[in-house]
Amino acid sequence: MANILVSNLNLWYGDFQALINVNAHFTQKQITAMIGPSGCGKSTLLRVFNRMNDLIEGVRTTGEVVIDAENIISDKTDLVSLRKKVGMVFQRPNPFPLSIYENIVFGQKVHAEGLTRLKLDEVAENSLKSVLLWDELKDKLNKSALTLSLEQKQRLCIARLIAVKPDILLMDEPCSTLDPQATARIEELMRELKNNYTIIIVTHNMQQAARVSDATGFMLLGELVEFGKTEDIFTRPQDKRTEDYITGRYG
Amino acid sequence: MLRHLDGELKELHKDILKMAVFAQEAIFKSIESLKNRDKHLAQDVIDTDNKIDDLELAIDEKCIDLIARYQPMAGDLRYITTGMKINTELERIADMAADISQKSLGLMEKPLLKPLVDIPKLSQVAQNMVRDAIDAFVKRDAQLARKVVLADSEADRLRNLVQDELVNEYLARDPKTADRAVALILIARYLERICDHTTNIAEDVIYMVEAKVVKHHPEELS
Repeated sequence: MANILVSNLNLWYGDFQALINVNAHFTQKQITAMIGPSGCGKSTLLRVFNRMNDLIEGVRTTGEVVIDAENIISDKTDLVSLRKKVGMVFQRPNPFPLSIYENIVFGQKVHAEGLTRLKLDEVAENSLKSVLLWDELKDKLNKSALTLSLEQKQRLCIARLIAVKPDILLMDEPCSTLDPQATARIEELMRELKNNYTIIIVTHNMQQAARVSDATGFMLLGELVEFGKTEDIFTRPQDKRTEDYITGRYG
Repeated sequence: MLRHLDGELKELHKDILKMAVFAQEAIFKSIESLKNRDKHLAQDVIDTDNKIDDLELAIDEKCIDLIARYQPMAGDLRYITTGMKINTELERIADMAADISQKSLGLMEKPLLKPLVDIPKLSQVAQNMVRDAIDAFVKRDAQLARKVVLADSEADRLRNLVQDELVNEYLARDPKTADRAVALILIARYLERICDHTTNIAEDVIYMVEAKVVKHHPEELS
């Protein structure tokens, strides 16, 4: 498990500054929700933590993001091992067009070559168990992952991350394509997982942020306006901009 | 941006103010009926209590409905939950006024025990406190609400004065005065309870405005 310490973080896409002097401390064994209107920089911030923004041309970052005593925005950062440590779940579940089994062990094959079939079976079983899919899927491991329901696919994607033993789980609107029941089950899964991971979720759903997270950060126009305990943010925000946003007055 | 919720909150606000007017009228009439030995007015307070009970239920239902449909946050959430609490306090205040009127009707069956001096004073403190607490709610004025909380000690002092006088000067000396003395002690007690409920309203207003819990935390008052 790992904390994330963000200091004086700035990020530009070309001339456009998407993150402005962000400072925050993301705590392990907690779910932190990032909220804010579209384009406020919350997904950009999330993508800083596993350097996904590097894939975008013209991105420039300054400041520090320290995970396990290492500033991960340094040029020397080993991106493969960083992305193993910091996994990401996306808005639409994106299983590979492979079998359920192959989806889960894919990361293991990349990161730890030469594992025995027995070891891979064990990883598949444990990962599926931790996302509560094992009982449903144990007899269908060779079926294509694309045949699963949306919720099962999202769980599978989480299992695929867990298989490579990350410390941090980043979730970018993980429930936005799911119905309320599936959303509730994913939220329950997040609560179970938080004991073993640092979880950061970006969500547009205020009620979801209020329900599921321990800490909440509100971003606006690239700035982290307010960051604190979820119970405080949703009952007694200190900044008027936060109040206006969460009560639907913004915009 | 004007939200649909704003219109709903305005309606809720009107209903809470209506409830406050009912409660204030009930206290005023109950004390006037006591002072003037006016049976008709005392009965009016008792009869109006049902109407106040109905309004309390309607406001509660409205608040629950708003929470269910809008899932309010922050200031909206504090406003609605405070509104629910104030609603309950106002209903209890109206109940106390009805209790005062019940005792007044009993007292009117017998000659006046003594001229009323401190009870009208206590009643004035209670009415001022209720007026200020409602003003604080309407104007979102936490300072005025703090003034209300601090005024409660005067109500306690006057209640004790009334009680000591009635026990020492009447109950202890002439048991035949017991029913009237006890009725007056209870009336003073009801007025003092009205002040307690009003203090709760003021504390709720401070929470609504400043998100600060002062109930059971007097150090937060300053």
